[in-house]
Amino acid sequence: MKSLYMLALLPFIGLLGGLSFANRVEPYVLGMPFLIFWIILWVVLTSLIMGTIYFFDPVNKEESE
Amino acid sequence: MIISLMILLFFLVVSLFLGIKAKRGKDMDLEQWSVGGRGFGTIFVFLLMAGEIYTTFTFLGGSGWAYGKGGPALYILVYGTLAYVLSYWLLPPVWKYAKKHKLLSQPDFFVKKYDSPALGILVSFVGVTALIPYLVLQLKGLGIIVSEASYGAIPPAAAVWTGLIAITLYVMISGIHGSAWTAVLKDILILGVVVFLGIYLPIHHFGGIQPMFEAVQQAKPDFLILPKSGMSTSWFISTVILTVFGYYMWPHTFASVYTANNPKVFRKNAVFMPLYSIVLVLVLFIGFAAIVKVPGLQGTDADLSLFRLSIQTFDPWMIGLIGAAGLLTALVPGSMMLMASATLFAKNVFKVIVPSASEKQVASTAKYLVPVIALIAVFFTFNGGNTIAALLLMGYSLVTQLFPALLLSLGKTPIVTKQGAFAGILAGVAVVAITTIAGSSLGQLFPALPQAVKDLNIGIVALIINLIVLFGVSALTKNQSAGTEFKEKKAL
Repeated sequence: MKSLYMLALLPFIGLLGGLSFANRVEPYVLGMPFLIFWIILWVVLTSLIMGTIYFFDPVNKEESE
Repeated sequence: MIISLMILLFFLVVSLFLGIKAKRGKDMDLEQWSVGGRGFGTIFVFLLMAGEIYTTFTFLGGSGWAYGKGGPALYILVYGTLAYVLSYWLLPPVWKYAKKHKLLSQPDFFVKKYDSPALGILVSFVGVTALIPYLVLQLKGLGIIVSEASYGAIPPAAAVWTGLIAITLYVMISGIHGSAWTAVLKDILILGVVVFLGIYLPIHHFGGIQPMFEAVQQAKPDFLILPKSGMSTSWFISTVILTVFGYYMWPHTFASVYTANNPKVFRKNAVFMPLYSIVLVLVLFIGFAAIVKVPGLQGTDADLSLFRLSIQTFDPWMIGLIGAAGLLTALVPGSMMLMASATLFAKNVFKVIVPSASEKQVASTAKYLVPVIALIAVFFTFNGGNTIAALLLMGYSLVTQLFPALLLSLGKTPIVTKQGAFAGILAGVAVVAITTIAGSSLGQLFPALPQAVKDLNIGIVALIINLIVLFGVSALTKNQSAGTEFKEKKAL
């Protein structure tokens, strides 16, 4: 349970650790400057992480019952 | 031009109709009026919370920031996402406590948790001081949008009065039910408009998204990334963190938490909200396209970049649709702000001054406060000048000062004392006011610090001082609070 919730730290760590690296225009990815692409990717991965937590979190099953 | 006016009028009438119709079959006591009888499911709560994603600030300001600031505008994509991550754990305990104690306003939560009506009054004043400028911003945005979309046929003042009368009517009649139903219309329209504009404009003007960015890079080298100083990566991260802490502290957003029918709603929303906010990147694309196609907009005129580029590109009927979407981004959040202000004044100020007031009297006071607050907002819209800009700048920093006291109260009993919470909020608010009025930055206060530290958002200082005072005063008053608790237990 605790380790499942620890997943939520990943977006924070990713932002703190990756923003300086991602702060560049080239290479363009999907037509976008790298920084914009990286932030969109970060948002999508954050959503996936939250989906994983939601799916495996027993508290949501308890409340359904 | 006539066609754009007719489209604007059509959507105003439809939103008014939806807002008033929402009352049907409901007995509007204060709980039903202000928090929808705590009966909203995932979609309504999602739309009320998403109301914060698409306000006039994001519609005009998002493209305006992309136009005027470039890369730093990307922070609006990031702070929402992290706020939703936080909401997974923050909102369910708030909702459970509010349901158990039948709370209706944000200050109610602090009053009950800390057993302190005085803290409720302080939280009310912090909330309203932050909220009125935010409401004024929505009204100013409304005036700009309708005036631009009607090609100047409707002056901003007439647009503000018309929009405000509409939301005052449906807020008084239907309360949050009206906001929820108009939010459905708003989000359908705004999504359609933003997705279309964000994809069509780069393709129409540049032949694609990458050619647009290459043209911007050529016109303004490195404008699309964060600069090395000023709005640098450390500014970006500190601003995101501050905004995340303040995100749910706005009185109207906090109160919309109470509307849910179960806590699972928030956890589900935490998964989908980030994806929903990705659409904001297309608002930024519009601003980036305007850099090359509508150059020369200075200062606050940058906020007009979306409309100036659209008017250059589309026929009047399309401008009418864009204007209608913008109109709704002002009306829905505006109605929630009006309602939250009225509820907290009635519940946490009027009721404290007149303790004998019945629930029915508090409910009717809240409803009749709506036009009063609306008139105050109109006054500041036309007479506020730069004061409003300064207050709005303070707004987020002000509501963020409520976060530590809230977070530390989420256990069974608060970790800190009510005196500590009161003093911490007061100290944080004072620092925010002083630094904003003086226009101070960390770099000005401490020029010898490394650049990365100098670029940190000054709001961090207020939050740190808030925490120091909060824990310091709590340590000094711990015995006093324990004594009160002991007396209460003994009395029982």
